Amino acid sequence: MYNKGTIIPGLIIFVLFVTFPIWFNGLKAGTLPKPELPPGGEKKCVMPVEYMRANHMQLLNEWRDNVLRDDNRTVVTVEGKPYRKGLQMACMNCHSNKEKFCDNCHAYTAVKPYCWDCHLTPKEAASKEVTH
Amino acid sequence: MDKQRRKFLKIAGATALAGIGAPALIRLTSSTALAAEHGAAVGHAAEAAHGVPAPAAPLGVRLGMVIDMRKITEQPELLDNAIAACNYAHNIPQFDNRKSEIKWIWKAPFANVFPVESSYHLAKSVEKTDFAVLCNHCDNPPCVRACPTQATFKVKGNGIVAMDFHRCIGCRFCMAACPYGARSFNWEDPRPYIKKYNKDFASRMRGVVEKCNFCGERLALGQEPACVEACKGTGAIVFGDLNDAKSEIRQVLDKEFTIQRNAALGTKPSVFYIV
Repeated sequence: MYNKGTIIPGLIIFVLFVTFPIWFNGLKAGTLPKPELPPGGEKKCVMPVEYMRANHMQLLNEWRDNVLRDDNRTVVTVEGKPYRKGLQMACMNCHSNKEKFCDNCHAYTAVKPYCWDCHLTPKEAASKEVTH
Repeated sequence: MDKQRRKFLKIAGATALAGIGAPALIRLTSSTALAAEHGAAVGHAAEAAHGVPAPAAPLGVRLGMVIDMRKITEQPELLDNAIAACNYAHNIPQFDNRKSEIKWIWKAPFANVFPVESSYHLAKSVEKTDFAVLCNHCDNPPCVRACPTQATFKVKGNGIVAMDFHRCIGCRFCMAACPYGARSFNWEDPRPYIKKYNKDFASRMRGVVEKCNFCGERLALGQEPACVEACKGTGAIVFGDLNDAKSEIRQVLDKEFTIQRNAALGTKPSVFYIV
């Protein structure tokens, strides 16, 4: 091989540089996010936890289409408690802290959902509440 | 060589003939079906010639509204209450400048609401009254045809011309298409201009068109639209199914003379006015 002396160290430097984020953090993925469980003590979600963890965005889209397009606003009942289909009307009723619940994982996985451009977080909604 | 050429010419000629003749042949064979259809059409035309053809029987629910302007003239505060109720129910921002204004239900003078009707020597009471204007929830909505993303559409079950704000790209074609000016565009972030939040409804973002939704979210809970509820007991606004002969709104329509905004356009508005 020609120029062995430069190519091999060069390759090593390149690999080290590309994998910088991995080894710089000590081969760890950082502290895993721990979204806050409902402060109200609710134990059961509208779907199993594993499903919600992986597919909550699909469920939200489904609900959106049900409610807006198909006029199917049937209430989802969990353990006798009725929930209206909707981010503000169902999810945030139990997961009442968006910063500690939603943002926790979204920040970790670097996703920026645009739900809150329009939808009101419980905090935002409470900031201009009706007083009477 | 010679023989082969002759054969080629024969085949080519036959193919050309078949190609030219095929359409004619198809037309000939299908002519029987056509004739039958034509006969039926002639029969239909004869029937219609006797008078106005009967409109097709309406199907399903078509929600509509009758606004009794006589009552609003008497009690103008009814309209203010209705507008305030709507503003709160839908987190509608209040801007000072008219360019940014967001309107779901608003006030306008007769001449603007009914530009096609004559406003020459109008009754003084009508001339001075502010009319309640909102989306007409047309049976034939031009905004729906204009929308390139199907963000606005007619809900099958109740005839409401609804919007899916998630899909709106803010092209404003619907605003150009709507002959009633019922749509508003969010030129700026509406959040700071919302006075009080209804936590069950979302706000909108900059760059989205919005309009009256006949309170689809309240109807789902068995409630009346916010403006109708605000005028409860006065009969100033009657809401109901236009296709149900027994509904309250039909009783009113059967009894009173009503007008629609620019009905000649063929949009078939679902909002009626008693002037």
